[in-house]
Amino acid sequence: MSSVSGEVAAGASAGTGRKWQRRGLSRRADPLFLLLAALSGVLILLVLAYMVISTTGTALPVFTKEGITFLTGKEWSPSAGKFGALPFIYGTVVTSVIALVIAVPLSLAVALFLTEYPVPRRLRGPITYAVDLLAAVPSVIYGLWGVFVLLPLFLQPAADFLNKYLGFIPIFAGPPSGLSYFGAGVILAIMVTPIISSMCREVFATVPDSDRQAAYALGATRWEMIREVVFSHSRSGIIGAVMLGLGRALGETIAVALLIGSRPVVDASVLRPGYSMAAVIANQFQEATGDHIRALVAIGVVLFAITIVINMAARAMVWRFSRL
Amino acid sequence: MNEARAEAQLQNWAGGRLQPGVSLRQCRPTRRRVWRDRRNTALIILGVVITLIPVVMILYQITSKGIRTMDWEFLTSSMPLSFRREGGGFLNALVGTLIMVGLATAVSVPLGIMAAVYLVEYGKGNWLARLIRFFSDVMTGVPSVFVGLFVYTALVVNFGFGALMGAASLAIIMMPIIVRSTEEMLKLVPGELKDASYGLGAAKWQTVTKVVLPSAAPGIVTGVMLAVARAAGETAPLILTALGSYQLTARLWDQPISALTLAIFDGARNPFAAGQARAWAGALELLLIVLIFTIVARVMASRSRFKR
Amino acid sequence: MKEQAPDTQAMNSPVASSEATSGGTRVYAQEVAPPVTLSVAGVSEEGRATGSPAEPPVFSVRNLSVYYGKNLALKDVNMDIRPRRITAIIGPSGCGKSTLIRCFNRMNELIPGARVEGEVLYHGENIYAPGVDPVVVRRHIGMVFQRPNPFPKSIYENVAFGARINGYKGDMDELVERSLRRAALWDEVKNQLKKSALDLSGGQQQRLCIARAIAVEPDVILMDEPASALDPIATTRIEDLMQELKQDYSIVIVTHNMQQAARVSDETAFLYTEVDEATSARWGILVEFGPTSRIFTKPLDKRTEDYVSGRFG
Repeated sequence: MSSVSGEVAAGASAGTGRKWQRRGLSRRADPLFLLLAALSGVLILLVLAYMVISTTGTALPVFTKEGITFLTGKEWSPSAGKFGALPFIYGTVVTSVIALVIAVPLSLAVALFLTEYPVPRRLRGPITYAVDLLAAVPSVIYGLWGVFVLLPLFLQPAADFLNKYLGFIPIFAGPPSGLSYFGAGVILAIMVTPIISSMCREVFATVPDSDRQAAYALGATRWEMIREVVFSHSRSGIIGAVMLGLGRALGETIAVALLIGSRPVVDASVLRPGYSMAAVIANQFQEATGDHIRALVAIGVVLFAITIVINMAARAMVWRFSRL
Repeated sequence: MNEARAEAQLQNWAGGRLQPGVSLRQCRPTRRRVWRDRRNTALIILGVVITLIPVVMILYQITSKGIRTMDWEFLTSSMPLSFRREGGGFLNALVGTLIMVGLATAVSVPLGIMAAVYLVEYGKGNWLARLIRFFSDVMTGVPSVFVGLFVYTALVVNFGFGALMGAASLAIIMMPIIVRSTEEMLKLVPGELKDASYGLGAAKWQTVTKVVLPSAAPGIVTGVMLAVARAAGETAPLILTALGSYQLTARLWDQPISALTLAIFDGARNPFAAGQARAWAGALELLLIVLIFTIVARVMASRSRFKR
Repeated sequence: MKEQAPDTQAMNSPVASSEATSGGTRVYAQEVAPPVTLSVAGVSEEGRATGSPAEPPVFSVRNLSVYYGKNLALKDVNMDIRPRRITAIIGPSGCGKSTLIRCFNRMNELIPGARVEGEVLYHGENIYAPGVDPVVVRRHIGMVFQRPNPFPKSIYENVAFGARINGYKGDMDELVERSLRRAALWDEVKNQLKKSALDLSGGQQQRLCIARAIAVEPDVILMDEPASALDPIATTRIEDLMQELKQDYSIVIVTHNMQQAARVSDETAFLYTEVDEATSARWGILVEFGPTSRIFTKPLDKRTEDYVSGRFG
C-alpha cells in the first residue's frame, strides 16, 4: 500500500504538479465541484421525496374513496369498482413468513459453517461463491425455474404430502396446490437465503476471537461455544439480517407472481393459491385502466410503507456490524 | 474429611470428570452434550447442502434447457408474433436491455460517484451527508416494483411507455448501490495520498479527479458492475415503464420496448412449448450476462489495491 | 493435601495395575487436587504445597513439535511439569512460548492447519491420543489469556459459564462466591454480581477470568502472559494470587517479563528461536529447563545466560 501511494505521489509531483499550479481557475473551480457533488447527493433525497409525493398523489382518490376498507376489504373486483386489498397484504405477509421460516435456519447454517467450522480452503471458496451466485440470479429466472422445474419436481409433491399427513390442520387444508402461498414462499426462501447468510457472516465475523477461545478453554463443545458466545454476541445483528431479508421478500415481485397462483382471496391454507401485493401490480398493470391503476398504485404505496419501516428498523439494528 | 469433601465435589459434576482410576479416554462430556454438538453439526452441514442444491439445479437446468434453443437464429432475430410459433429469437429484447441498462448506467454512474465524493470528501459530521447516506440506504430497500410505479405516475402518464422511462427506473435502482459502494472505496484511499496531492498545490477537485478516483477505480468499477448486473436482471419496474414489445426498435420514447427479463416473464406465463423454449434460451442469455458482470466484479474486487 | 497421598496411592494401585494389564491404557494414578479448601483454609496449608521431588509430573512433554501448515513452529520439546508448582516459560518474542502453552490444552487445534507431533502426557496419559476428547482435556486444564476476555455478560454469569456447560449440579451461588473469593475478587464485586463484567477495570477483569477458569475446578491453570496488558499494581495482585493458587493447582505461565518469571515461578523453561540460514525459516526450541533460581543464577547454556543477563543489565 505504501509503495502504491509512493508511486502515485511521485507521478503527481513529476508530471502534473507544476501544470496544476499554473492554472488560475483551478482554485475557483472548487466551489463548482462542491456544488456538483452536493447536488448529486441531494438528487437522491429529491427523487425519494418525489417518489412518495407522486405515487401517493395518484393513489389518493382511492384512499379517500375506500378509506380504511382499502386495507381491510376482502373483495377485489376491478370491473365492479371494488378495491379491497386485504388478500394481497395477507398474501405478502404469509409468503414472507414462510420464506423466513425456511430461509433463516438455512442462512444461519451457511453462515456458521463458513465462520465457525474449520472448512478447508478448497471447499470454503466454492461454497461462498455458490451462495453469492444465488444472490446474483435475477428473480425472473427464479420464477421460470420455479414454474417449470421446482413446481412439478418438489412443490406439488410437497404440497400433496403436507396435505395428506397434516391436512387436519387448517393451514394445510386442501385441495393442495404447488402454485400457492407455500410455493411462492419456497422460492422466496431460496432468494433471500444468500442475503441473510452473507449479512450473518459479517455479523459473526465481529465476534471477538478471544471470546471464542475463552469458551473453548472452559471445555465448551463447538455448539456450546456457538450458542453462548456467537449467538449471544450477535443477537441484534441476526435480527437485523433477518429483517433485511424480510424487506427483500416483501417487495419481491416476479418470482412470486409466477408461483403464487393469482387468486385474490384470503385463504387460511398455505397450500391454496393466493396473491401478493407486488404480484398483483405486475400481473394486472398491463390490462388496467382508470381507477384500477390508481388502486394498484395505492397497493404499491402500502407496500412501500411496510418495507420502509422494516428496512429502517433492520438498518438500525445491523448498523454497528455492517461495513456496507 | 477432605477426601469426603472432594468426593462430594466430584459428585457435583455431570459426566466425565477425571478422578482416581478413570483415564482421560473414559472421560466424556455427558451424552446429551456430545449428542447435541453432533446433531447440530449434522444439521448445519445439511443446511449448507440444501442451500447449495438450488444453485446447482438452476445452473444446470438453465444451461441444458437453454442451450437447446440457443442458436444463431435466436441471437439474431426478433420474436415471432405468436408464442405458438417456433423459431425467432430475443434480439429485440436483448437490444432493449442493452439500451436501457446502458442509458441507466450513463446517468447513474456519474451522479452516484459524485454523490459518494460529496459524502466522503465534504460530508464529515455534516447533517446533509448523514441524511443522504441514510436515505440512500433506505432507497436500496425500496421494492423495485414501487420504483416502476413511481416512474409510471411521474413520467409514463405524460410521455408514454418507452426506453427512456425504463432507463429512468433502472437508474433510480442503480444509483444508491453505486453511491454506497463507491463511498466505501473512497474511504479506503489513504490520507497520505491526498496530502501528497494537496502538498503540490492541487485544488480539491483536481485531487479528487486525478488522485482519489483513479486510485479507487477498481473498487468503484466493482460496485458499478454489480449495479449493472442488478439492473439487467430487473423485471418488475420495466413492466410498468417499458411495457414490452415484439418489435425490434431503438427508439427511446413514444414506443414500448422489450427487455430480456420482460420476454422471459412473458414466455414463462404462456402455455405454449415454443414460447417456453425461447424463455429458457433467453434465461441462459440473461444469466450469462449477469454472471459475467458479477464474476468480473468479484475478480476486480479481489485485485483492488485497497482492501477492507 | 499431601497427607492424602499415601491413601490415594494405596487406593489407586490395584486399579492402575489392572488397567495396565488389561488394556495398556495409562491411568490417572495421581491424587486429584480439587480446590477442596477455601482460601482461608488454604493459608493454613502453606508450605506443604510444594510437593516432594518424587511426585510424578502433571505433564510430560515428549518430542513435541508443532507445525502451522508446512512451517515448523516448535521443534522437539521435552520437559516435565510438576504438580502444584509455577512453571514459567520465557524467551524472546516469536519463539513459540504461546504455541507451547497452547499444546497443554489442545487449543492449537482451533487454528486451521496446526499440527502437533509427539506426546503431551497428562498424568501419564497422552492428551493427543485418539479417543481423547479435547473438550475433556480443556475442561480439566483451564486457561487465562493475554488480554482479559470476560464474556459480555454479568459477573455472575461469567463465573457460572463453565459450570453450567459442564453440568454442575451443586449450589451455583456458592460456587460463584467460592471461585470469586479464590480469585481475590469477591470483596470488590459481591454487591454488583449482576453488573456487566465489561465495566470492571482491566485487573479486575483478569481476576474474573481466573475465577471463571477455576470455577470448573480444573487441575491445571495455563496463563498466557496474564499480566502483559495490566498496570504494575494489578500485575502484583495477579502475582500474589498465583502464589495462593499454587497451593491447589499446577500453574504454567508464559511471560515476556523476566523479573516476573524470577519472582513467581519455581521452575523456568527458556525457549529460543532457531533460524535456518538457507531458507530463513524460524522455529522455537527449548534451550534449558530447570529450577528458576538456577536458570537465573547459573544457566548452563550460553544463550540462556545472554538472554537472562541482557534483560537484567
